[in-house]
Amino acid sequence: MEILEQIANKLEQGDHEAVAKLTQQAMDEKIATTQILNEGLIAGMDVVGEKFRLHEIFLPDVLLAAKAMNAGMELLKPLLIKDDIPAVGKVVIGSVQGDLHDIGKNLVGIMLKGAGFEVVDLGSDVSPQSFVDTAVEQSAPVIGMSALLTTTMPVMGQVVNMLEERNLRGKIRTIIGGAPVSKDFAAQIGADDYGFDAANAVVRVKALVGIG
Amino acid sequence: MREIFHLSTGEVAPDNKTVLELQGIPRRVEPPVRIIGILDEAADMFLSLAEPRGLLETVEQEEFAGIYSGDGRNEPETPLQWIYPQASTLALFTVTVGARVCVRIRELFAVNEPALGYMLDSVASAAADKAADLAADRLKSKLREEYGRDSMPEVLPYSPGYCGWHISGQRRLFERLRPEEIGVTLNDSFLMSPLKSVSGVLAAGPAQIHSFDDTFPFCSACTTHSCRERIAEID
Repeated sequence: MEILEQIANKLEQGDHEAVAKLTQQAMDEKIATTQILNEGLIAGMDVVGEKFRLHEIFLPDVLLAAKAMNAGMELLKPLLIKDDIPAVGKVVIGSVQGDLHDIGKNLVGIMLKGAGFEVVDLGSDVSPQSFVDTAVEQSAPVIGMSALLTTTMPVMGQVVNMLEERNLRGKIRTIIGGAPVSKDFAAQIGADDYGFDAANAVVRVKALVGIG
Repeated sequence: MREIFHLSTGEVAPDNKTVLELQGIPRRVEPPVRIIGILDEAADMFLSLAEPRGLLETVEQEEFAGIYSGDGRNEPETPLQWIYPQASTLALFTVTVGARVCVRIRELFAVNEPALGYMLDSVASAAADKAADLAADRLKSKLREEYGRDSMPEVLPYSPGYCGWHISGQRRLFERLRPEEIGVTLNDSFLMSPLKSVSGVLAAGPAQIHSFDDTFPFCSACTTHSCRERIAEID
């Protein structure tokens, strides 16, 4: 459908005004909400994500596209809620307790939303209890944690341990990231996965929830 | 010697290529016009919001030994453990670009302006690093005044959290230097506030004291190896 291709194209170009205009037009033309979402907005972000992965474009381009995605989503949101259309998955994210760095976590959140996930962002300085309680309350199958200080990394292990104690390992998966974090550290603390950058985090989260 | 100093925003404003590199765009790549547009907007925003300032205080070697050893969590061997005993002058320092920039970065993300927010974050990070280099230049100038042109020390900054100096070293550094006087505080996780701040020690001495190979065990985990460029600049 041409208009959906146009939405995807304009999203790739980061033209948020055009995406908003075309999204409204698609809605006015009574195109199904899920079609606009999947074949317009998410399709455009998928291309952006792939180009970023292949180093054809850079993070500023991705963020401009994310802004355009958001412009379209804001229009679709009332319909998505009204028609009870679920997101592809739900993820609780935050920077761990003691850590106030949030840029990386913000980028992951933006890119997860771009991929159609519902993101519950707890912000920074998040306690293990908050991560786990929120994931349970929100029925979120994934907790994503960010740390930029070596001194705050142990909190990630505390979250994994808490899930274990509450018999939630396996039901709620964990993915970690941040400059001092590594795949080895993830294995060491029993985290389910590790994302080396924001784009990779989306790929790994999709795998954790069994899609893509 | 203890000195608080103010820097102009122009002095600490970084060049475009440095900022774009922090955004993952290699120096050899010419970015699209729209990215340059965002960079220009972020740079203007930085100039209007930043309040760069610093504090430095000279310390005796023996006292620095205690600060450096901290809680005993440093790597067994580090470059600094060999550098500071050879330094003719040591000075603790803290620099910051101020809180207003950090607040604006958060605000931009909150109002769906992630590209601009992230760009401003990169500008501020690069500016904080430049402020640290300016603190080093400041000490260098003072030493030349004191010791004359024939004594031309090279001064480089070293910070806790890097090159084997454990980040908990910030605690003793902050206890001694008291950067709260310029509005920089430390939390229990050794995180500075405002975030765009740099602290550490300035070591002054002949260029060769700063020279080391990046072959320490922790070097393999380093993602920047920025020490190579710093050493090459003074060699």
